[in-house]
Amino acid sequence: MIALVTRRTLQTLIVVFLLVTFTFIAIRLIPGNPLESDKATSSEVMKRMAEPFGFNRPYVTQYLLYWKNLLFKGDLGLSTTLLGRSVSEIISTSFPVSLMLGLTSLIIGVFVGIPLGVIAAMNKNGWIDYLSMVLAMAGICVPAFVLGPVLQLTVARQFDSISAAGWSRPGDLILPAITLSVGVAAYLARLSRGGMLDILSQDFIRTAHAKGLPLKTIIFKHALKPSLLPAITYLGPAFAAIITGSFVVEIIFQVPGMGQHFVNAVISKDPFLLQGLVLFYGLIMGGANLIVDIVIAFLNPRLRETA
Amino acid sequence: MSTQTPSNNKGSSLWNDAWFRLRQNKLSMAGLVVIVIMILLCFVGRWLVPHDPRHQQLDQKFESSSAEHWLGMDQLGRDLFVRILDGGQISLLVAILATILTVTVGVIYGGIAGYVGGRTHAVMMRIVDGLLAMPFLIIVILFRELISAQLGNAEEWFVQTLGWKIEMVRRISNLIPLILAIAAFGWLTMGRIVCSSAAAVTKLEFIEAARSLGLSHRRILFRHILPNIMGPVIIYATLTIPTFILYEATLSFIGLGIEPPNASWGTLIKEGANYLETRPSLLLFPAAFFSVTLFAFNFLGDGLRDALDPKSSKD
Repeated sequence: MIALVTRRTLQTLIVVFLLVTFTFIAIRLIPGNPLESDKATSSEVMKRMAEPFGFNRPYVTQYLLYWKNLLFKGDLGLSTTLLGRSVSEIISTSFPVSLMLGLTSLIIGVFVGIPLGVIAAMNKNGWIDYLSMVLAMAGICVPAFVLGPVLQLTVARQFDSISAAGWSRPGDLILPAITLSVGVAAYLARLSRGGMLDILSQDFIRTAHAKGLPLKTIIFKHALKPSLLPAITYLGPAFAAIITGSFVVEIIFQVPGMGQHFVNAVISKDPFLLQGLVLFYGLIMGGANLIVDIVIAFLNPRLRETA
Repeated sequence: MSTQTPSNNKGSSLWNDAWFRLRQNKLSMAGLVVIVIMILLCFVGRWLVPHDPRHQQLDQKFESSSAEHWLGMDQLGRDLFVRILDGGQISLLVAILATILTVTVGVIYGGIAGYVGGRTHAVMMRIVDGLLAMPFLIIVILFRELISAQLGNAEEWFVQTLGWKIEMVRRISNLIPLILAIAAFGWLTMGRIVCSSAAAVTKLEFIEAARSLGLSHRRILFRHILPNIMGPVIIYATLTIPTFILYEATLSFIGLGIEPPNASWGTLIKEGANYLETRPSLLLFPAAFFSVTLFAFNFLGDGLRDALDPKSSKD
């Protein structure tokens, strides 16, 4: 287990290093100055504005300086668009919002999606199965940017405690969390149905039937654990992606999370902000995948040897 | 597994069986029919509608459905039906062309990694894993900017250098940066799937036989491995198209995908969301076309999975 953790951590660090390097290069290859504004600025002023960001130095120096500041001072640099704010401060204020929203949606998704999939698999080709799979397909095919506005118009109109947009009271969480959770629930339902069908067709389940065990025991004691493997493998990356902010949902419901910063950083070519966000995203993604590996090793003893 | 003898007379039984199984699956056949209808509507029907998607009649804005304008008029007095068909053309073009690129790159990359195996395989798949750890849509946005900057005006190039002035060429050339950006990172999962299938086929005895016969690597790859991994490739390609339609729509919804004067389903949905209260149909009609198409591709993909790979019931 320790070997797995060390190896995966090392891999994550390498991947994050490459991702940041890639982002560093890519954002500088796009023409356009991040500090440019609509107002005409003399090159002298431009130079002085670029000073605190180090943009006047050669790229290699900028690159080395970035890592030096990051590794020795924990400094992610300054945002060029949100003037006066440091990247660490932006992340530390917006991440809790995305985390809160993401976790809520994940919990809804897990508690709706997995039971739906398991029940569907137990009634294979019955009407419950068809109904839940059509629902799951609808969850995948009706995107957040259709569902969100429709919920705003219908649900938020009916209930005063549920707001259409904003982020200041508990009622603000409901609609974005539902919108975000629909896709997760849909994928989980499909994956856990597939996983359950796979397990139910295996020999040890037939043996359990032959022993005369009740269906409840077979499902919950024998089939459930291994049947969740595909769903858990999906949950890792989904978890990482969702808690770092879904920009579509954030834009629709005006949630001040991390997702919007991703988009704004690319649009306004904010180098430090984008690098910082990609770094953070990569670390979360690596961490989530590591947790998935550990959980899978725990659920499936056969993989423990090779892991 | 198909036999090694090239069968030109009747087609291999594997594909016949698969087609038979697919025909039994009503949902998938419905999906296939919807896809064909949608493609015909967008690429043929679009030109049969006697309206111009860009022609504005401001005095008729928000008008509801009539015999003249089937789905009514939008916020600028444009015929919504023809706008949806025109937008569908863009959405489908982006998704299908990006999928073709994805399949090409994924099959070559994954095929080589899976066939060569060993250390090469490990390194090539690590690269894929690394790239998959990126925030996909963000990287696509970044890459699209990069490609547009490097490519300059592709439309001009097509017109001036090649002398092509066809409407479709003009249309596609505007979409090139977006298509390339989606494909540049969209092939990763395909590469992974092809790699694992190719690695599995490579281990089989008939490949060993082909090797011992002294066949060249290229011949083994193209004549023996490739035909045997077509199943997963076709399944995954069918499921990639709706994913790319969704990606493009998402980007267009936040204003970073299709640029005006072009409009895709995502653009129409975005515009419709602004007028949801005054006229819900401006959101609901484009969204309906969009979701029905996604449904159709997903059902067809699921059916293909059952038909081509009857053993697996997994998602």
